[in-house]
Amino acid sequence: MKVLVPVKRVIDANIKVRVKSDQSGVELNNVKMAMNPFCEIAVEQAIRLKESGSVDEIIVVTVGAAQSQETLRTALAMGADRAILIETEETPEPLSVAKSLKAVVDREGPGLVILGKQAIDGDNNQTGQMLAALLGWSIGTFISDLVVEESIVKVTREVDGGLEKLELLPPAVVTVDLRLNEPRYASLPNIMKAKKKPLDTLSPSDLDVDVTPRTEVVSVVEPPAREAGVRVGSAEELVEKLKNEAKVI
Amino acid sequence: MSILVIGEHDNDELKPSTLNTVTAAQELGDEIDLLIAGADCSAAAEHAARVTGVKRVLKVDDPSLADSLAENLSPLIAKLAGEYTHVLVPASTYGKNIMPRAAALIDVQQISDISGIESEDTFVRPIYAGNAMATVRSKDAIKMISVRTTAFESATEEGEATIEEITGAQESGLSKFAGEELTRSERPELTTADIIISGGRGMQSGDNFEMLERIADRLNAAVGASRAAVDAGYVPNDYQVGQTGKVVAPNLYIAVGISGAIQHLAGMKDSKVIVAINKDEEAPIFQVADYGWVVDLFEAIPQLEAALGEGG
Repeated sequence: MKVLVPVKRVIDANIKVRVKSDQSGVELNNVKMAMNPFCEIAVEQAIRLKESGSVDEIIVVTVGAAQSQETLRTALAMGADRAILIETEETPEPLSVAKSLKAVVDREGPGLVILGKQAIDGDNNQTGQMLAALLGWSIGTFISDLVVEESIVKVTREVDGGLEKLELLPPAVVTVDLRLNEPRYASLPNIMKAKKKPLDTLSPSDLDVDVTPRTEVVSVVEPPAREAGVRVGSAEELVEKLKNEAKVI
Repeated sequence: MSILVIGEHDNDELKPSTLNTVTAAQELGDEIDLLIAGADCSAAAEHAARVTGVKRVLKVDDPSLADSLAENLSPLIAKLAGEYTHVLVPASTYGKNIMPRAAALIDVQQISDISGIESEDTFVRPIYAGNAMATVRSKDAIKMISVRTTAFESATEEGEATIEEITGAQESGLSKFAGEELTRSERPELTTADIIISGGRGMQSGDNFEMLERIADRLNAAVGASRAAVDAGYVPNDYQVGQTGKVVAPNLYIAVGISGAIQHLAGMKDSKVIVAINKDEEAPIFQVADYGWVVDLFEAIPQLEAALGEGG
C-alpha cells in the first residue's frame, strides 16, 4: 500500500512571532522556518508503518512556495521515498489545499493519507477533514493510536472527555495528534541520500485546481497585552489578594 | 440572516459549549435554529428548546447519528446548510471533527475558532497560537464557522422554542464507533470551570497532582496540566491546556510549576486573573501573571492549602 503524507512549512514552533506594522500579516522574512510539528508526527507514523511492513511506499506532498522544497527534503531524509511540490505563490487555504491533495490522491492511488491535525500558523484544523469529504473517504481525526490492517484501520482519537476508538473502512484519511509518536531525527547520511530522491514539481493548474482565496485577511494585529502583575511573598498574601483585590475566590 | 447552530450533546443533555455558540449566533441575527442530531435524543432536544434566542429546534433522531461520526453527521449538516446564511458549531473536538467535512461538501472555506464578530461576513480569530489576531472576511455565500466558546458568554435557558422532527440522516458505512475511555471526574469540566489549577513538569509525578486536587476541591476548581505533565504521564491528555489541548478562560487560573511556553499560554492567557507559582523567577509565565509567587511549589502548595483553610 502507498501512503500519502501532506506536510507544511511553517514558522518554527519556538519562535515568538512579530506582527507587521502595516497589519498585513506576521513577519516571515529572516525568520526560522521548519516542518509543522504535527506533520513531522505524520511522516514518522508513515515510516513506522513502512518499517512494520504494512506500507510499501511513502509519498510526501506540500502545497506552497518554492522554499517548501526544504520541508520535503526533510521528510525524505526522515525516510519518505519521494516528494511532490505543488508550487503556488498564493497563501493556500485549507479548502484549496484539500482540492490539490485530492488531485494527487487521484493520480497516485494511496490507501491511506496521514496529515497533522493542524498547522501551527493558521491553526485551522480543517485540511484532513476536507480532503476526506472531497474523496468520500472515512476519517479519523486527532489520533493518538493507529493500527492499519488489510480491511480495517483502527484509530484511537483524543476527544474532549478522554479517548474514543473508531474502526475505519479503508481507504482512509487520518489526522495525527501530538501523542501518536516521537519523530526521529534525520541522520547526516540520510540527509545526503535525500538529495537524490525524486522530487516532482507541479502547479495547481497542472492539477486543474483553483486556489483563489475565499477569504480576505482584513488585518492582523497583536493580541491585547496583559498588564504586568505583582509579586507576592506568602500564601496568606496571595489568598488575601485573590479574595479582596481580584475578588475571584 | 438565518442561522443554524449545530448543538453538541450526548443525546440526554446539551453541552455547555452549545450555549456559548448560541450567544455568538445572537450577535449575527435572531432567526436561530438549533440542530439536535442524535439517537434517542428527545431529552437533548427538549433541553435545546429552552435555550434563550432559539426559534426552532430541528431534531433528527436516527441510529446512524448515535456516535456523532463525521461521515454520517457532516452530509446532514451540508444538506441543511443551504437554507441558512450562517452555520455555527462550537470549536470543541466535536465541532472541529464534523464542520470542515460539511464545509468541503458544499465547497465553502470554513472560518475556524472565531473569537469575535465584526459583521455578517467579517470575523476575528487567533492565529499563531494566539500570538496574533486576524480579522478575515469571507466571500462564501454560506458562512461555515466554528466558535471559540470561551470568547462568548453562555446563553441563558429561558426560551420556548418549537421542536420540529426532520429526517435526512444516512448511514455511510465508512466508520464504526468501537468504544471510549472517558476520564471520570467529580470536578467541574475544564473548559467551563470558573477556577482552574494546573500543574506542569515541576509537579515531578502524578502522585503529586493530589496536592493540586486538594486545592481544587476547596475552590470548586478544575485541574489542568501543561503538555509536559501530560507527556510525562502525570495526568491523562484531556487535562491538557494549550494550543493543542483545551482553550480555557476561567476567572482564575493558577499555574503551578509551569514555565509558560507559547503553546501553553495560547490556551489560557485570556483568563481573567492568572496566578503563577514557580521557583524560576525568569519563567515566562510571570510575564502574563497578575500575581506571581517565586517559591518552590512543594513548600507553596501546603501553605496555600492552609491559608485557604483558615479563610474558610
